Amino acid sequence: MYHAIVFLPLLGALLAGFGGRVLGAKASAYLTSGFLVLSAVLSWVAFFDVAIGQKPAQTIDVLRWINSGALEANWAFRVDTLTVVMLVVVNTVSSLVHIYSIGYMSHDPHQPRFFSYLSLFTFAMLMLVTADNLLQLFFGWEGVGLASYLLIGFWYKKPSACAAAMKAFIVNRIGDFGFALGIFAAFVVFGTIGFTEIFAKAPEQLGKNFEFLGMQVDILTTICLLLFMGAMGKSAQFMLHTWLPDAMEGPTPVSALIHAATMVTAGVFLVARCSPLFEHSPTALTVVTFVGALTAFFAATVGLVQNDIKRVIAYSTCSQLGYMFAALGLGAYGVAIFHLFTHAFFKALLFLGSGSVIHAMSDEQDMRNMGGLRPHLKMTWLMMLIGTLALTGFPLTAGYFSKDAIIEVAYAGHNAMAPFAFWLLLTAAFMTSFYSWRLMFMTFHGRPRASSEVMSHVHESPMSMMGPLIVLAIGALLAGALFKTNFIGHDEALFWGEALYRLPTNKIVDEFHHVPGWVPIAPFIAMLAGFALSWLMYIRDPSIPGRLAAQHQPLYQFLLNKWYFDEIYDFFLVRPAMWIGRFLWKKGDGWLIDGFGPDGVSARVLDVTNRIVRLQTGFVYHYAFAMLIGVAALVTYFMFGGVH
Amino acid sequence: MTNLTPDLMVILPELVLAGGAMALLMLGVFRKEDSFDLVSSLSLMLLAIAGALVVFGGQTGETAFGGQFTNDTFARFMKAMTLFGSAVTVMMSVTFMKRRQIQRFEYPVLVVLATLGMCMMISAGDLVALYMGLELQSLALYVVAAFNRDSVRSSEAGLKYFVLGALSSGMLLYGASLVYGFSGATQFDAIASVVANGNAGLGLLFGIVFVVAGLAFKVSAVPFHMWTPDVYEGAPTPVTAFFAAAPKVAAMAIFTRVLIEAFPGVTKDWQQIIVFISIASMVLGAFAAIGQNNIKRLMAYSSIGHMGFALVGLAAGTAEGVRGVIIYMAIYMIMTLGTFACILAMRSKDEGQVEDISDLAGLARNDKLMAFVLAMLLFSLAGIPPLAGFFGKFFVFAAAIKEGLVALAVIGVLASVVGAYYYLRIIKIMYLDDPVQEFEQTPREIRLVMALSGIFVLAFALFARPIITAAEAAAASLF
Repeated sequence: MYHAIVFLPLLGALLAGFGGRVLGAKASAYLTSGFLVLSAVLSWVAFFDVAIGQKPAQTIDVLRWINSGALEANWAFRVDTLTVVMLVVVNTVSSLVHIYSIGYMSHDPHQPRFFSYLSLFTFAMLMLVTADNLLQLFFGWEGVGLASYLLIGFWYKKPSACAAAMKAFIVNRIGDFGFALGIFAAFVVFGTIGFTEIFAKAPEQLGKNFEFLGMQVDILTTICLLLFMGAMGKSAQFMLHTWLPDAMEGPTPVSALIHAATMVTAGVFLVARCSPLFEHSPTALTVVTFVGALTAFFAATVGLVQNDIKRVIAYSTCSQLGYMFAALGLGAYGVAIFHLFTHAFFKALLFLGSGSVIHAMSDEQDMRNMGGLRPHLKMTWLMMLIGTLALTGFPLTAGYFSKDAIIEVAYAGHNAMAPFAFWLLLTAAFMTSFYSWRLMFMTFHGRPRASSEVMSHVHESPMSMMGPLIVLAIGALLAGALFKTNFIGHDEALFWGEALYRLPTNKIVDEFHHVPGWVPIAPFIAMLAGFALSWLMYIRDPSIPGRLAAQHQPLYQFLLNKWYFDEIYDFFLVRPAMWIGRFLWKKGDGWLIDGFGPDGVSARVLDVTNRIVRLQTGFVYHYAFAMLIGVAALVTYFMFGGVH
Repeated sequence: MTNLTPDLMVILPELVLAGGAMALLMLGVFRKEDSFDLVSSLSLMLLAIAGALVVFGGQTGETAFGGQFTNDTFARFMKAMTLFGSAVTVMMSVTFMKRRQIQRFEYPVLVVLATLGMCMMISAGDLVALYMGLELQSLALYVVAAFNRDSVRSSEAGLKYFVLGALSSGMLLYGASLVYGFSGATQFDAIASVVANGNAGLGLLFGIVFVVAGLAFKVSAVPFHMWTPDVYEGAPTPVTAFFAAAPKVAAMAIFTRVLIEAFPGVTKDWQQIIVFISIASMVLGAFAAIGQNNIKRLMAYSSIGHMGFALVGLAAGTAEGVRGVIIYMAIYMIMTLGTFACILAMRSKDEGQVEDISDLAGLARNDKLMAFVLAMLLFSLAGIPPLAGFFGKFFVFAAAIKEGLVALAVIGVLASVVGAYYYLRIIKIMYLDDPVQEFEQTPREIRLVMALSGIFVLAFALFARPIITAAEAAAASLF
């Protein structure tokens, strides 16, 4: 069964990728979608089998892979609750996105390629979540990176798409560099890269130091932080987040699948998977909390003022990932995964809904040119409304259970960053509510700001696009209520089994259920405040935002320009790198190596040739002279210099 | 008279050639109608008979006329090659000469006479015999160079060759007289025994220098090469093909024989001369060819370079080196004949015979087979494995390195890298440029030469063993 779950998408990718021309667009789309639906159904079976049925964790060997010296890495599936939760998330969203794309991409000339990439991505993601050692995880990790690159740059004739694809790839390289170092360090320290062995040996290394970059550092903390660096890159955390908003250049279904529901959560998964390591390093956990909370806050502030509908959701994603990391850092791994689980539904819903809007608006993405769409797109409006409610944490929706739980965890948490995280996350909740409703109001309410020509074309999307939206909407409404007890509630310990590890002293899951009464209400208040303010500014008196922006121009510009991260990176990193590259290219390679190497040599050869050719004058006496000179030279040589 | 018969038996192939040439001359003179075809065919037969006699007749190691004439394995191998080369050129000439309206019966007869001179030269065991053979060959060559006497360039070529050839003959004679003066002998083994006694004075060395200069002129080694490009360009193309093939083999053979048989005692001395002219030839051949637009002129520099490579083997001065020279010359001759077959096939429908490299543009699209064969030949001339030319270079360089002449081998390899450029340029023009013209239908005999030489360079590695064994035996007979 697990073989089918993992390899069906690969089969689909290969068939659509290499046989796309033969199969044709329709067949490729239905084939890959069919495989994915099958894979998703099997994932749910596995979920109920392993997670709900509390079957013990198992390892399924697939293939021998690398066996060199002490290094042994085999293809194997590590099947436990964490894995099956991820399988469900990945395959459900992926299959829905596949189906949605059949409608969304119906006018694109390169459909087989698109579906091949989507399925390839899914396969890599499954490889990642089923990995039973660090190397296989890294394989999947890089595989999703590749697929993400290919899909962001899917419309490769658009320069901005190519640039965004490259940016995503390069920024991820930085994180992956740390990740790779983390794997090396783990191999050096533990002599193995299998999860089971590493986790068993982790307590032995407690408090020990080793030399890294010439410094004596704590082993576990170093490994955890290096791994976390990889997670930061993949999950677009503060400092390494810049690629995610740009990745919105890709087709919208791609944003929903890769840049909202699955790939970006790989970092969360990694930390959760390595909880037996992180749990032994309070320092690393504190850093994770700090980065997570800061990202949640930072991304929310930027989201307040963005005008591109997809960018708002992208920053929202970034922010929600911050919530997850904050929960991880506080030791509440289950809560983080729960939020990952619910977030996948409502964020995919929001993205696909916005895709429906963009589709209806003839590829318009700027919210300033929207407004008043509700009468035309009733169904989409309803879907977006459900997504927004879930995201903002409206009571009894999915987000209400998971996100508010994280805020409570932050209040109950023990590490040094917990209070800091609590206030940042609470503020972020307010801002989340504000920008989410801002998006709703600007898009669907008020006066239409689009041209009458565009408005006349506005149409509801086809059923193949609305179907997945409805499924996701159901998930966004019910996923929290249904699985709350299992993921973070009473049955938590039984549900997770050995998949997640907590020190005996770590009682956060009990503690956050017993926080003071005002704490659970606070996010709700923040949500209402955000809604009210948004209503005031965008429905009641739409002139307020303009005046506010004018009054606080520096702050507005600061937020609009995303805290100037791109500019700072451009100035300090990109331009020097380009300069070095240009220098080595023009001067190093072009001038030095080519000049003195190939070009120089060939130029000298031609010089010599020209001179020699000029010797051939055509006059007999010159020729005779040359012969005599030759003989004279030889004779002279023997008279004076000969060795005899 | 009785004691003369064994001697005559040894020189039977040469006698056949000499007598046959006279007879053909008579035939041509006394026959009323145009006898070019007939004389050509008979000349081919004559060369074939002589070749058969060389290969199958007589015993090896025989000498005649008191050591003046040697018929050892080396001589027989080289003579067979020379006869083969001459025969192929006669065959390739027929159509060309007729198209040019210069189908005079003297041409094949002159080729036969030149070949006779070469055979005598190869077998010479004495400085006087050497000179006799050399001059017989040269006189015939002077005439065929100017054979198209209505063409100014052909006449100029013949005249230049004659003047400079006379100068080189003078040098050779002067060198021979010095050697005789300081050693008291003209026969090679006698000179060798004197020199081996340690009597090699400066005078004898001067003699060697002049002898080498005379012989280097014949193989067109730098700095005695100046005639080559002009003569190659000016002479009718089949004559150029002839120049580039048989006489080079013969001259290289006597070059080797003189140095190895007559001066084994002073190897270290003459080695320096050979190293010098070898390097000079390789480098000049490589660089100067780059600047050429006329393919015959390019082949002139190519052959200068190749003589330099062959001399690398001679510079080693060992049996292995001589083996390398023999193999190199065999491969060189076949590659050259094949290449000239292609050049002869360059007959444009509009302009007649053409000679510019640019005329080959886009050949791959008009005549796939010819382009492929020529490309293979050029790759082989450049020395690219696994084609024949690579093995030729491999054996001479291996011998040189074994003798410690590493610098020479390295320079040779570098020169062949530079040289590869101009061969590759032709291939590029044939395969990548746009066609400018189509060539006329190629005569069958030329197509045959092209095909056979193409097969030879491609498949050399498969049947190299017997050739190498024969070359080894030939080389051993000199020591």
